[in-house]
Amino acid sequence: MSFELIGNVLIAGVLSGLVYGLMALGLSVIFGVVRVVNFAHGEMMTAAMFAAVVLFNTWGIDPFMAVIPVVVVFFALGYLLQRAIINPFITRPEHSQFMLLVAVAIIMVNALLIAFGPNARNVQVDYQLESFELGPLLVDAARLYAAGAALVCSAAVFSFFRFTMTGKAIRACADNHMGAKVVGLDIRHLYALTFGLGSACVAAAGCMMVLLVDVTPQLGPAYTLMAFVIVIVGGLGSMPGALLGGILIGVSEAGAGLFITPSAKSMVSFALLVVVLLLRPQGLLGKRP
Amino acid sequence: MNTIEKTSLATLDVGVSDATEGGADAGRRRFVGAVGAAAIVSSSSLMRPAWAQSAKLKVGVLLPRSGVQAFVGQSCQFGADVAPAVLKSLFGVDIELMNADTETNVDTARSRAERLISEGAQVLVGAFDSGASLAIAQVAEQKGVPFVINIAAAPQITEQGYKFTFRNFPTSVDLVVNGLGLARDLFLATGTAPRTAVFMHVNDTFGQANKAAIASILPKLDYLPFKLLDTIAYDPAAKDLTVEVARAKATKADFLLLVCRLNDAIILRREMVKQRWNPMGIIGPGNPGMYEAQFYAALGKLSDHCISNVPWYDPKSVVTKAIDAQMRKQFPKEKLMYHALNVGFTFESIQIVADAFKRSRSNDPKVLAEAIRQTNIASRMMLGGPIKFNAKGQVEGIASACIQNFNQRPMVVLPAASAEAKPVFPVPGYVRA
Repeated sequence: MSFELIGNVLIAGVLSGLVYGLMALGLSVIFGVVRVVNFAHGEMMTAAMFAAVVLFNTWGIDPFMAVIPVVVVFFALGYLLQRAIINPFITRPEHSQFMLLVAVAIIMVNALLIAFGPNARNVQVDYQLESFELGPLLVDAARLYAAGAALVCSAAVFSFFRFTMTGKAIRACADNHMGAKVVGLDIRHLYALTFGLGSACVAAAGCMMVLLVDVTPQLGPAYTLMAFVIVIVGGLGSMPGALLGGILIGVSEAGAGLFITPSAKSMVSFALLVVVLLLRPQGLLGKRP
Repeated sequence: MNTIEKTSLATLDVGVSDATEGGADAGRRRFVGAVGAAAIVSSSSLMRPAWAQSAKLKVGVLLPRSGVQAFVGQSCQFGADVAPAVLKSLFGVDIELMNADTETNVDTARSRAERLISEGAQVLVGAFDSGASLAIAQVAEQKGVPFVINIAAAPQITEQGYKFTFRNFPTSVDLVVNGLGLARDLFLATGTAPRTAVFMHVNDTFGQANKAAIASILPKLDYLPFKLLDTIAYDPAAKDLTVEVARAKATKADFLLLVCRLNDAIILRREMVKQRWNPMGIIGPGNPGMYEAQFYAALGKLSDHCISNVPWYDPKSVVTKAIDAQMRKQFPKEKLMYHALNVGFTFESIQIVADAFKRSRSNDPKVLAEAIRQTNIASRMMLGGPIKFNAKGQVEGIASACIQNFNQRPMVVLPAASAEAKPVFPVPGYVRA
């Protein structure tokens, strides 16, 4: 097996993994603060991918430019979803939350089916089939741009939580719910803001992802599952963990395809999940409960 | 005395005479026989109105109209949708379609088949996919309802001893034998002799059947100049084929032998361009994907020169012309050329059950199954001899043609007698590895 082959496959795995990481970041942010597991996460990304396709096919807006309107709309939708539907369930048992979000996911899949039909759609940007030569290595241009944008978006989310007052307030809510209430923070607003941010993350990931894969309404559940695997491997609630998990899953899938058989890609992801759960249940960068 | 009276008297005379000769038993037997004959005559005349009342055959059509195979399923559906009008105008048979979506899912295919039967379907046709067809065949056997497969190649479907399952489509073994034979003809026609190939296939029932067929047949075909360097299986629902294509490229094979479906074929072709892999060509030995309307729509010029060795249609047939006209009427935006194989075999599966219905004058599933077994249809859309089922319920001798894409449309390049264009191999842009 040549260096060229291994190098190409690993680079593709890392670049895809960064986009996966951004997608899972949204899930991690929501769980880390609101303590609700978003079972409609993949479906939200699918909806964002369709939004990017519509913007491209209708007005010729490149998916990288489409990030701005799509993120704004999904932030607003996420905020409203949390305030109107999810918030009453926050104090209810976990199985109620689970059923609620599964119902939201099913409604989203069927709404997308009604709106767009079952067929796969994609965007045909000029650079879609381009690749860069780095010595013997070939790097897919669209994948590189998508990974770069995913890194920028992730950095923006990290910065928000680290350097802004609102971000610090949200972290305070996550660290000590009662304490945050005592000091007068508007918990409901901050929770909704967090859900909006998580939705914005997954929307940005959707805009990147549409450059890498064709979108169908049925894509959602597979990505919800993948996001779970990533955040559990990286550490539920840990933002750097989500990115690390994304890269690990991307690379492990690529490696499985290369060293075992391409059909075993998902199998290796789940094997990695089992190993992490056995050896480090809180995930690679997660905190012990 | 008029004629009727004479006849009656003559009959009576004979009856009296028999009674005299054979005794009372013989007379009673004759009487019972006469009553029986009258009953048969009157019952057959009673059957006529009954036939007239249920003169429509309810055909359950199972196709993957959503999910990964949605494009092909919808393409097949055109063949079903035009069937009632074409069968009525050409053969005078009335049918009623009961459509069901298998959602590209074997379990859904099974449950939809059960539901169609419970809702009154008298025969089933479908289901494009081998896995789904196998599941439906099991239901058809349990319920005793005939099932005519439109497209599905896994050999085991007609190797189970099923009594109600029929297939008018080549098995994967036949497809591969025909496909590899045409590959030899292609190399001869273009004066090429590729020495190596890499084999990529979808990892589903159909792909596995093709893999097994190639593994068993290829070593025996000493007239083919190439050997396989690697075999790469991939998920038919794959969203990304980067690794698979990188592995295939790394083999530095002369050409790609590809058993694909539609969505993966599009993804794979794009990935080949991204990875700058330009082999002598891509040859499908008997699979869908590279001649479908969506393949051209999604890839544009990148779809050109891909080769599929598949069963094809006769553009001059009366049935083809009727189907083409009906498609233009019902679906003005669609062209038969881009759906030919899917429409052709789906239509023929319904033609077979309609023909059996016409001959048997019954919609009893068992009678229909027996009538299907006796099928002998010469007037058809697809190339090949008449449609006749062997003892296993399989139509034999369906030929393939070598189809190459030019200017984003499929064209027959082999056999030479039916060729619309000359084959091109190696394809333009070929870079020796």
